[in-house]
Amino acid sequence: MSVKTLTIDNTPVAIAEGATILEAAQEAGVSIPTLCHLDGVSDVGACRLCLVEVENINKLLPACVTQVTEEMVVHTNSPKLQEYRRMAVELIFAEGNHVCAICVANGNCELQDAAIQVGMSHTRFPYRFPDRHVDVSHSQFGIDHNRCILCTRCVRVCDEIEGAHVWDVAQRGENCYIASGLSQPWGEVDACTSCGKCVDACPTGAIFRKGTTSAEKERDRGKLEFVVNAREKREWTR
Amino acid sequence: MDLNELLKVADAERKKQKAVRVHCCTSTGCQAANSLSVKKNLTNSVIDSGLSDRVEVVGVGCMGFCGRGPLVQIDPEDTLYEEVTPEDAPSIIDALNGEVAKPMQGDSQHPFFTRQMRIVRQHTGKVDPERIEEYIAVGGYQSLYKAIYEMSPTEVVNEISKSGLRGRGGGGYPTGLKWATVAKMPGNQKYIICNGDEGDPGAFMDRSVLESDPHLVLEGIAIAGYALGANHGYIYVRAEYPLAIERLQKAIKQAKKYGILGSQIFESSFDFKIDIRIGAGAFVCGEETALMQSIEGKRGNPIPRPPYPAESGLWKCPTLINNVETLANIPTIIRRGADWYSSIGTDNSKGTKIFALTGKIRNNGLIEVPMGITLREIVEEMGGGVPDGEVKAVQTGGPSGGCIPASMLDIPVDYDSLSKIGSMMGSGGMVVMDRDTSMVEVAQFYMQFCREESCGKCVPCRTGTVQLYELLTKILRKQATPADLEKLEALCQMVKETSLCGLGMSAPNPILSTLRYFPEEYQELIKNNSLHPKVAL
Repeated sequence: MSVKTLTIDNTPVAIAEGATILEAAQEAGVSIPTLCHLDGVSDVGACRLCLVEVENINKLLPACVTQVTEEMVVHTNSPKLQEYRRMAVELIFAEGNHVCAICVANGNCELQDAAIQVGMSHTRFPYRFPDRHVDVSHSQFGIDHNRCILCTRCVRVCDEIEGAHVWDVAQRGENCYIASGLSQPWGEVDACTSCGKCVDACPTGAIFRKGTTSAEKERDRGKLEFVVNAREKREWTR
Repeated sequence: MDLNELLKVADAERKKQKAVRVHCCTSTGCQAANSLSVKKNLTNSVIDSGLSDRVEVVGVGCMGFCGRGPLVQIDPEDTLYEEVTPEDAPSIIDALNGEVAKPMQGDSQHPFFTRQMRIVRQHTGKVDPERIEEYIAVGGYQSLYKAIYEMSPTEVVNEISKSGLRGRGGGGYPTGLKWATVAKMPGNQKYIICNGDEGDPGAFMDRSVLESDPHLVLEGIAIAGYALGANHGYIYVRAEYPLAIERLQKAIKQAKKYGILGSQIFESSFDFKIDIRIGAGAFVCGEETALMQSIEGKRGNPIPRPPYPAESGLWKCPTLINNVETLANIPTIIRRGADWYSSIGTDNSKGTKIFALTGKIRNNGLIEVPMGITLREIVEEMGGGVPDGEVKAVQTGGPSGGCIPASMLDIPVDYDSLSKIGSMMGSGGMVVMDRDTSMVEVAQFYMQFCREESCGKCVPCRTGTVQLYELLTKILRKQATPADLEKLEALCQMVKETSLCGLGMSAPNPILSTLRYFPEEYQELIKNNSLHPKVAL
């Protein structure tokens, strides 16, 4: 195994041959925003947030799939890259129906994090308000396509780690959506093992565990009466 | 089969052919104009007039003048009949007996024909694409024989490199370099792919080549296979070209029967088989990585390069992927030599290029011209100019290309000149626009195309094209402000620089080129803003 040395944002870094620029950046303590990248599954280079500039190469390269080369000089945060990243996040926000206030992932969402990281305060593009659907046919999980950013992490995690390949992309362009099985309701897909890996992989609130949505709060008011009875009347069952 | 037998087949076929051949176009365009009935009536008329001993009617491929089909041409006297109806058949045959023909004769000496230089289309319109014997009779498959028996694989690659041939699919990558890269890659399994997923609006060059001379393409693929050490080739044809698929299937079957494809070709140790893969209607599958995904049976999504197909292509094996027209040049280069080929064209663009001349132009059709010819010669001399009007712009390169204003018509048509002015050679679509055409509408049309054809994988192309389309719509509705124009330009740059594949990277080109050459049309629409009349530019 040989080692390559390169410079990322003026920080020299040495890393094993075959590593990506993204891995080298992590080594160098440089943070590059990502959305479709997920440690443990293959990379697809789809979100374009991790694009970086490499000296003497006249196009922008995705850090997640570009291997390091000797004496490569990488710039990850030029004004142009900052502008393009912000625009990409703005485009994603305008594309779906992302309403943080009513989302299960609010405060724990990688799209939100990305928006903060790229300094996006609003989107300059008109919202598209697409007519998308919610599938809660599965007994434990649900998918809300309104919040989906088509990063395909769920597709890859289900295919590559669980080996079930429940998910795939249907249609094309703006009409793309994540389909379960043969575009059936998720609950009817026999291949699904209910392992929940897709829930863990989803960067936004698109795939969620049932019972965690704000509308699903169940109040056990009877419990109060039970506790009082238990204390006062020694009734231990209800 | 050996060379002697090949020559014998050629000889026998030439002897069998009758003195007068009535060529009737049976390509898609003419078929749509009822050329099959014309052919049937011509055949009957020959029998009726008792000329069967010296006249035969042959269904041939595209003659190029597609706007005036169905076309019938008499060989060897070179009379051309245009817009022939089935009822015209008897009088055409009578004319062979010395009677005066009806006045639907075309001018075969028109610049449309005489300015052409036919290398790829040398046999089209002259041979029956459904019979391998006709192809063999005009010297077909002799280049493959020559390559296998007289040249080493390296010599073949060197010959292609020396010829200066560049990819005809649009990018213009040096073909020889691509071949040499694949040839030098280690590994026993390599593939050759012929990209016939022609999808640009208004482009039909590859369809015509596949329909009119399928064996030429097969020969080119087989030579590539020999040179690169591959034994398996794929032709990827879009499903919208049923006639091309049918004729390719027939051609492969016939070639196999003669031992020209399959195992031990020409009794040598070279095996090569060709399979057809049919596209399912996605424009993006013309992009090489998406095309290979599609052949593998996956969703046709592009994947990031590198690794390039030459290194890791179909099923991760080294793969050569060339366009139909590129491969159709190969047999002639092998036969006539690299020096001859490189004497045609300009310094950096050698050989010829086929263009599909469409739009507001008198002579619609296919032309093959040497590189370096000016746009003016193509549009005004060969195309006959705009009927009742003036040329405003010429669009080349389809949705990836740009609009060239009339003031720049004297530019030579070659890879570098076209990309310098913000357009591109592209696969060969050439749409002529007249003064009545709104350039903003043109940009909107191409953006709608890209929006619908984006695979949806990467963010800039999937959502950027939608927003670009919406911005153009807003401008056309006279509801846009100068800020929208700035936004349009910024988004164009972003989509161009950040998209994953060529579709997204080139999608803004129609906007960028119309903004560059026709800014006043955008400004006019913004100045006359109907929502905010006081907005000043």
